[in-house]
Amino acid sequence: MLKISNLHKSYAIGDSSLHVLKGIDLNIDDGEMVAIMGSSGSGKSTLLNIIGMLDEADSGEYILDGLPIKNLTEKKAAVYRNKFLGFIFQSFNLINYKNALENVALPLYYQGLKRKERQKQAMFHLEKVGLTDWAHHLPKELSGGQNQRVAIARALAANPKLLLADEPTGALDTGTSYEIMEFIQQLNDEGKTILIVTHEEDIANMCKRIVRLRDGVIMEDTFVNQVRAKQNV
Amino acid sequence: MKFLFDRDTWQELYDSLSKNKLRSILTMVGVWWGILLLIGLLGSARGIENSFNRLFGDFATNSVFIWGQSTSKPFKGFQEGKRVRLTLTDVKKIEENIKGIEFVVPRNQKMNLVVRNLLSGTFNVAGDYPLLDKVEKKKLIHGRFLNQNDINENKKSVVISEDIYKQLFEKDEEAIGEYIRINNINFQVIGIFEVNPFGGPSTDIHIPFTTFQQIYNQGENIGWMMITGKPEFDIKQIELDTKLLLKNLHRIHPQDNRAFGSFNLGKMFGKMTGFLTGMQFLTWFVGIATLIAGVFAIGNILLITVKERTKEIGVRRALGATPFEIKRQIVVEAVFLTLVAGLFGIISGGWILIAMDKFLGQGDDAVFVNASVSISVVFIALVILVILGTLIGLIPATKATSVKPIEALREE
Repeated sequence: MLKISNLHKSYAIGDSSLHVLKGIDLNIDDGEMVAIMGSSGSGKSTLLNIIGMLDEADSGEYILDGLPIKNLTEKKAAVYRNKFLGFIFQSFNLINYKNALENVALPLYYQGLKRKERQKQAMFHLEKVGLTDWAHHLPKELSGGQNQRVAIARALAANPKLLLADEPTGALDTGTSYEIMEFIQQLNDEGKTILIVTHEEDIANMCKRIVRLRDGVIMEDTFVNQVRAKQNV
Repeated sequence: MKFLFDRDTWQELYDSLSKNKLRSILTMVGVWWGILLLIGLLGSARGIENSFNRLFGDFATNSVFIWGQSTSKPFKGFQEGKRVRLTLTDVKKIEENIKGIEFVVPRNQKMNLVVRNLLSGTFNVAGDYPLLDKVEKKKLIHGRFLNQNDINENKKSVVISEDIYKQLFEKDEEAIGEYIRINNINFQVIGIFEVNPFGGPSTDIHIPFTTFQQIYNQGENIGWMMITGKPEFDIKQIELDTKLLLKNLHRIHPQDNRAFGSFNLGKMFGKMTGFLTGMQFLTWFVGIATLIAGVFAIGNILLITVKERTKEIGVRRALGATPFEIKRQIVVEAVFLTLVAGLFGIISGGWILIAMDKFLGQGDDAVFVNASVSISVVFIALVILVILGTLIGLIPATKATSVKPIEALREE
């Protein structure tokens, strides 16, 4: 599904440059649920951004589902993001003047779907996250957990190959975090490949594999026994 | 252009504008004001122009009037102070020799007592050719003006002004075909003309030139002449040429400036139209400048909006919006704002013109006559608005997509 070899990335900071990723090799298969861990500055967000095509690597190879991701134009990157990837952010990043349904329908809009079809699909995904009754509410009228579920529905809407979550529970209390994780685990059970960046051990342990980063290199890459979130709720 | 008919484009537009109504409205005020000024000023300028045209409308404006006076310099044996009288021969010579002449109208006039039954008055009796009608259009209320037949047969026909009719006739009395006595000779009234505020004295009586010659024993002499130049010729040059020719014919010193008097209508009119053209230019300048300022205000506000929405734009791009789609949306916003503001401006400008017409544009001596703006001007203004709106919208649009999505997302 995802193949990364010898990935390097550095940022220019004033005159000097900061070497953030120093040769990352990572393979992820279909249906995996991977946690990327590391302290801040370890390069985990940078890695996620490169995987999410929001940022570009300086060197190295990145192949997504057999498709080499290199020298993308902004336009092509946008199309790939839309087609292959679903994003879940720490701060939800819903558009605050659009209601839940419209937010979920947004990726479909950029896919060029007809309005009716969009609404139908968006409603289907909202139902999946259990928010049918809240479809016409604005983000500010929803709780944090509900907002994150809307965000998940949005990430799912375009039916992506890979789900990328950047600290999906970072802004939530423990109970709500576990609810969200339970839901993400369900998605994984249904066969979605999921990549989660987190710095919380308990969240990481709910994944099937933990990749630990430190100073831009992978320190540890282990398969773990998945802790089901349900037991903790 | 399909996206223009897409409901979603407008939904997006509505969402982002209604999100901040006050800002959207304030943004539009600039453009609204600009186009309001443009329309109002252009309309006023047109109104003033129309009122001038109404005054001059019955006149062939490319004209000069020349009459003889007394010489001020001795020449070829003649002493100064010689009386100069123009003649019909002069008219013929002028027609033959001066370039760019449309026509020359000789005129004679004399104050005379005019009597009808028991009513009488002293009026200016003029001997005229039908050609006069071309230089100084007579608006006839009844009957007709003099014609060639009147001239050829030295007919005793007369055309009188409305004012004279009122003095010599009873109210509602039929005048055409009636007789009035001029110089103790009966003349038949053949026409009554309306008095033009700019068309000469209101107590004018026109009789055939040849008849005038006969009854006043004028021979070849004429009082003065009206010379009208072809539109493409400079009337000032014609005046100079004519005077020189006349000086030659009458043996007058070439530098004698007092031998002939003249009034150059074309020169006066030129000054007036020059003023009008200047005013129109000023109007366009002020209007367009204000418009540009207004559009810049829109660009400015959109730039702030884009800054505020950096994160949203980042999210959209993460969800698969291409830079083009983002740009298009912002440009559409800019064009929409300018266009709506422009339309409001045009409508309210129209109201101002209507009000102006109602309160200042009525009656004969109105300052603004039919103050209006042509549809093509409105259309041009709209096209300018759309072009400016697009161009100005491109600035925030480019700004919006120049930020990498990752940086946009990081923005808190």
